Amino acid sequence: MPEVPEVLTAPLVVEFPFTRSLGPVQSAFLTGLRERTVLGVTCQDGRVLVPPVEYDPVTAEELSDLVEVAPTGTVTTWAWNPGPRRGQPLRTPFAWVLVRLDGADSALLHALDAPGPDAVRTGMRVRIRWAAERTGAITDIACFEPSDDAPPATAPVPHDGEFADPVTGITAPARLDYTYAPGRAQSRYLRALADRRTVGERCPACRKVYVPPRGACPTCGVATDAQVEVGPRGTVTTFCIVNIKAKNLDIEVPYVYAHIALDGADLALHARIGGIPYDRVRMGLRVEPVWTEGGRFPDHYRPTGEPDADYDSYKELI
Amino acid sequence: MSNAAHKEPVAVVGIGQTKHVAARRDVSLAGLVREAARRALDDAELTWADIDAVVIGKAPDFFEGVMMPELYLADALGAVGKPVLRVHTAGSVGGSTALVATNLVAARVHRTVLTLAFEKQSESNAMWGLSLPIPFQQPLLAGAGGFFAPHVRAYMRRTGAPDTVGSLVAYKDRRNALKNPYAHLHEEDITLEKVQSSPMLWDPIRYSETCPSSDGACAMVLTDRAGAARSPRPAAWVHGGAMRSEPTLFAGKDFVSPQAGKDCAADVYRQAGLTDPRRQIDAVEMYVPFSWYEPMWLENLGFAEEGEGWKLTEAGVTALDGDLPVNPSGGVLSTNPIGASGMLRFAEAALQVRGQAGAHQVEGARRALGHAYGGGSQFFSMWLVGADSPAA
Repeated sequence: MPEVPEVLTAPLVVEFPFTRSLGPVQSAFLTGLRERTVLGVTCQDGRVLVPPVEYDPVTAEELSDLVEVAPTGTVTTWAWNPGPRRGQPLRTPFAWVLVRLDGADSALLHALDAPGPDAVRTGMRVRIRWAAERTGAITDIACFEPSDDAPPATAPVPHDGEFADPVTGITAPARLDYTYAPGRAQSRYLRALADRRTVGERCPACRKVYVPPRGACPTCGVATDAQVEVGPRGTVTTFCIVNIKAKNLDIEVPYVYAHIALDGADLALHARIGGIPYDRVRMGLRVEPVWTEGGRFPDHYRPTGEPDADYDSYKELI
Repeated sequence: MSNAAHKEPVAVVGIGQTKHVAARRDVSLAGLVREAARRALDDAELTWADIDAVVIGKAPDFFEGVMMPELYLADALGAVGKPVLRVHTAGSVGGSTALVATNLVAARVHRTVLTLAFEKQSESNAMWGLSLPIPFQQPLLAGAGGFFAPHVRAYMRRTGAPDTVGSLVAYKDRRNALKNPYAHLHEEDITLEKVQSSPMLWDPIRYSETCPSSDGACAMVLTDRAGAARSPRPAAWVHGGAMRSEPTLFAGKDFVSPQAGKDCAADVYRQAGLTDPRRQIDAVEMYVPFSWYEPMWLENLGFAEEGEGWKLTEAGVTALDGDLPVNPSGGVLSTNPIGASGMLRFAEAALQVRGQAGAHQVEGARRALGHAYGGGSQFFSMWLVGADSPAA
């Protein structure tokens, strides 16, 4: 029989398509890439920065003198990436490179398509390989490729940054992959729930019973040491009626979101109330859990039919 | 140890904010913070070179998805070669950020500090950012409103406040916002009836009793006595400032009137030498994201006895022409770039005692309180500013 791990774990993927308003300088830069034109910005001391920045790194003044630089350049340093990951520029092993484009004084980070680390060196000449489909994003540069025949350095050329149909914003998807572990105390709590028992933990110092337990009392700062079964019945201490449907939440509105002090617990847990019209739920209502087959939690709580709890009996738990 | 006489008096000599709107698609994050910072410098008639350090705050990185934005924003804030500090205390961060900057001047670490806070909510989704699908947890909540609405109901039950009070606050604040050119919501045709008939989102909280989602930034220039002496405009002097925190959830937590908030206010009043805040304070900018939080904080901050806060609101005491105006700027209910919202409270309090609040100026304001809270009512930050220097 496989050993049951003490602590539960589960994958947690957090992803969201953030948007970015570009402002004038980044808008010109990314629109330029779409048109196979690499723009930099001239600082007050005359240096040309690629990619361009909005504000002078020395004087903090606003910058707007754009220049076009060459699609060829020189590798200033590099690192071999033997195992490309999801979302990286190339699927085969490649070199991360800093490339100083001809006409620029700073280097741009990108990928270099090379057969192996032996084919990469600082000082090598490279050129842009443009993506077939370009949208106004840094990925419009598919990658760099070696280019021994690249022409020598050229001077930057002033550019007004004007393009038809400029890109003013981009979407920047972010994704984080975690392995989530709720900890020992919550794991104990969750295991007990699987047997349809609600088990809190008592603080040895203040004697308060925490449900769900977190392994320590946040007031006393000591580990909770004793498990205490609470409920199953409890009292609605306060609630709200939710009238707006949340994305990815399969609950019909309106529904009642309540704080419930289970009998024997010293703080309320949060749950949905069912089995009663939403507009008849009230503070002090006595409730009990309703389980569904295979549910990790009670699906909801419903009235027990007992008389309402006296306000004084739960007012300290609000 | 905290002996005010040993500290350098701190003055607010420059204040800047953006016109807050739902979406500033014309500027990058850098462009947004820059605009507020530039206005604060212009107000103080100073240049980037006059600034010794920058202290910046915003709500969690996950709201816009830019990790450690302070690094990317250093150029835009003239911070190259200077210390940049980032402060992070959820919704109260704008206040905490101003206090960290204040303490740097008070401790004579720096003479002139630029502090600012921002949020570009249009590039993010705060409701989503606050409701991540944590494994093993039952998904139930629907944003911050769903979290705070039960506490509002508890307040109503505890005090017997009539259910009309929330609408009064929203109507007042939205009317005040009409006098503030920087406020996000300018609802020219607002009526009390419209507020009262707006949809119930998280009963007992109605749509018109909730804050908007805004893009905006706020900046202040803080300086020492010598800096204040050179200031072209009146300074607001910091008479007291404090932060307190407590756990989000613990047995015995009073969500309606958290102990950390009471302690924070008491500390600020003690530093400022106030014994009767209700009479000694002329204007309050408090963090009210849901209208019912006005009467709740009136009690928590010691302006009313427990159970009596709603009576001040109902009697018009907190109106712009009342004797304790609350949120003359229109408050968070009219403008909510989350990270900046706390600093806006602090800055608006300072504008009042500088006599520079324009159409929403409280006549003769000499002392004003700025207040912010964040997380699950777990972080509090406040300052008291005055027209007179603390030594005077």
